[in-house]
Amino acid sequence: MTEPKALSTPLDQAASLRDNILITQVDKLIGWTRKNSVWPMTFGLACCAIEMMATGASSYDIDRFGSGPFRATPRQSDLMIVAGTVTNKMAPRVKRLYDQMPEPKYVLAMGACTVSGGPYIKYGYHVLKGVDRIVPVDVYVPGCPPRPEALLEGLFRIQEKVAKERILDRNRVGARPSLLVE
Amino acid sequence: MSAILAALQERFPSEVLATSHLRGEPTAVIHRRGVRPIMAWLRGESSERYDFLADLAGVDGQKILEARAENPGALADLGAWPDRFQVVYHLKSLSTGSRLRIKASVPETDCSVATISDLWAGANWAEREVFDLFGVRFDGHPNLKRILCIHTFKGHALRKDYYIKDQQWLNEENESLMDELGEFGENPADGGFSELIPVNLGPAHPATHGVLRSLVKLDGEIIVKSVQEIGYLHRGFEKHSENSTWTQVIPYTDRLNYCSAMLNNVAYCRAVEKLMGIDVPPRTKFIRVIIAEISRIIDHLVCLAACLVDLGALSNFWYLFAMREKAYEALEGLCGARLTSSYVRVGGVADDLDAQFIGRVRAFLTELPTALNEVLGLISKNRIFLDRVKGIGIISREDALSHGFTGPCLRATGYAYDLRRAEPYDGYEAFDFEVATRPDGDSWSRLMVRFDEMKQSMRIIEQALDKLPSGPVLSDDKRVMMPKKEHVYGNIEALMNHFVIIYDGIKVPAGESYCATEGANGELGFYLVSDGSGRPYRVRCRPPCFYLYSAFGRMIEGCMVPDAVAVLGTLNVIAGELDR
Repeated sequence: MTEPKALSTPLDQAASLRDNILITQVDKLIGWTRKNSVWPMTFGLACCAIEMMATGASSYDIDRFGSGPFRATPRQSDLMIVAGTVTNKMAPRVKRLYDQMPEPKYVLAMGACTVSGGPYIKYGYHVLKGVDRIVPVDVYVPGCPPRPEALLEGLFRIQEKVAKERILDRNRVGARPSLLVE
Repeated sequence: MSAILAALQERFPSEVLATSHLRGEPTAVIHRRGVRPIMAWLRGESSERYDFLADLAGVDGQKILEARAENPGALADLGAWPDRFQVVYHLKSLSTGSRLRIKASVPETDCSVATISDLWAGANWAEREVFDLFGVRFDGHPNLKRILCIHTFKGHALRKDYYIKDQQWLNEENESLMDELGEFGENPADGGFSELIPVNLGPAHPATHGVLRSLVKLDGEIIVKSVQEIGYLHRGFEKHSENSTWTQVIPYTDRLNYCSAMLNNVAYCRAVEKLMGIDVPPRTKFIRVIIAEISRIIDHLVCLAACLVDLGALSNFWYLFAMREKAYEALEGLCGARLTSSYVRVGGVADDLDAQFIGRVRAFLTELPTALNEVLGLISKNRIFLDRVKGIGIISREDALSHGFTGPCLRATGYAYDLRRAEPYDGYEAFDFEVATRPDGDSWSRLMVRFDEMKQSMRIIEQALDKLPSGPVLSDDKRVMMPKKEHVYGNIEALMNHFVIIYDGIKVPAGESYCATEGANGELGFYLVSDGSGRPYRVRCRPPCFYLYSAFGRMIEGCMVPDAVAVLGTLNVIAGELDR
């Protein structure tokens, strides 16, 4: 085994550092790690949930982007994918699940029903006309149901948002939910 | 008039108000005081033995009565309509295969009728639904509460005078269900040594795909009692249908059982065609058979994959979902959508099959057996898996029929009842296939019946592809089909026909009809009432899941909590169809 060559000049020393040391901001580093491990909650409501399952399965493979571990409890999740129609009966439970998630947390409204009520907007006497009435939504993915590619695109938007956040500014911009009053 | 109607009228002369026999469907309108004696007689003593309650629904006749007040002869095809509400019972005789419709007339004041939930267990939830949506009370019902809508809902949504813009406020007061579950605390069975505790499963539980909720009373890990609450996905399919044209209902049917959307399309369009008396061309029938069987395979794949994931067998999920993607590729090429296809039309299908579709389906059929064998190889001799499904969640054939079971879950109790054989439609009588059954009625049987059925569906698709006739895919009936473009530009009749169909939608003549199709989960029936305008007066979907899930509480009593998860997976309850 040969001894490493002694670095003789300051110039050589600088060149060596360039190969071995990365300089970045802590914000960027943490943002990069967080955006590649956005864990969604297992939370299927309706038709969109079937496409969400397809996104998790082998053809589309959401695992490639670090969001494979669908967590069974809101307390371990970063992302709530609201996949399917939210009805009046389900809405209080959706909000409770959101409240149980730890900060920082994100909401992706998947499908026309969660965006606005979708096909059920006009005569849906039992349908919540958009999930943003009870929880703040980060990304809307339209479609009825959206294709798995569209859901992945929504995830990338979430990732962009996560990557831009700064650790000193953890309180995310977004309205607190205000509904649910008699 | 059929023999049963004559016998009914002779036996109950003062209760039977009117009878009719249109479209091969015998119908009797009865006074509400006759509900219990007539049902008991039909079930036990009549010559035909109507022992199966296929469906129970309500109809609000407010607009019909209004039309008749203006013009007494209006809507004659709808038959007698003495009072505002009608509770409609669809009975079937399993021995002879004949069907009968009984309509109990219920006035608006003192809006009540006797319950039949002690005659058929499946009537329990169906009556609660009629109470919820129409406000008809059922005297003697053991648990008459709202079932679909939120319990603090004001008004009854399917009444014609329900004002849809009435905002219903949300609140955190939830459906506690504790009143149904009974006493807790010290267990009387062992002198207070152990304790009974309530545990809530759902509606957002990782093992209940979709929004299903059970509240169980546990003694240790054994479920002593369980009650179910549904309606977390009640989107108002039936109300939307009443406010859409007949064609616009088709996309809503996609979203009933979203695992097999095309089967719902077929079932609905067949019902409308029956009401209008349209016969579709032979090629269309073959296409419908092909897409219906592919949908059935997809539905079973999703059911099996999800159930096996719940039991911890994750690799099966990848195998089965990969095959499902292949099927979706074919369907997507056919109609442009993966999940919600809206491919079938009244009087035909949207577009013809092409060679690419046929090639993809043939490739799918050659690959599917490999995937199924891989999965069967993983589970069929796996001791852990067998212990969790064999002998668990048993339901007897009598209980299953009383609850209104149909489809794979009924066939898993050894009863070979399949509408494709019992009441063949779309040319199913010409295909060579077997009705898959298993004798035991447990979770294992329900899973294995689905495996067997997929193999039979593959046989049917192969035969249909081989024998696929040529010809048009749309009926030439001018009432439902738009004329060809060159005719629209060339002559005035075609132009007017085009205009009327675009502007008013298709016009279905006044009348009523019940049409049953073998869905992936069982008998998928549509009961349609038309008042002759361009919109349905009433669209009632008979959801197979609804009746399956009503027996769930009974099936899991005595099981452990993880067994309940397995039983739920094997029932394949799809929330969109359950709650509509």
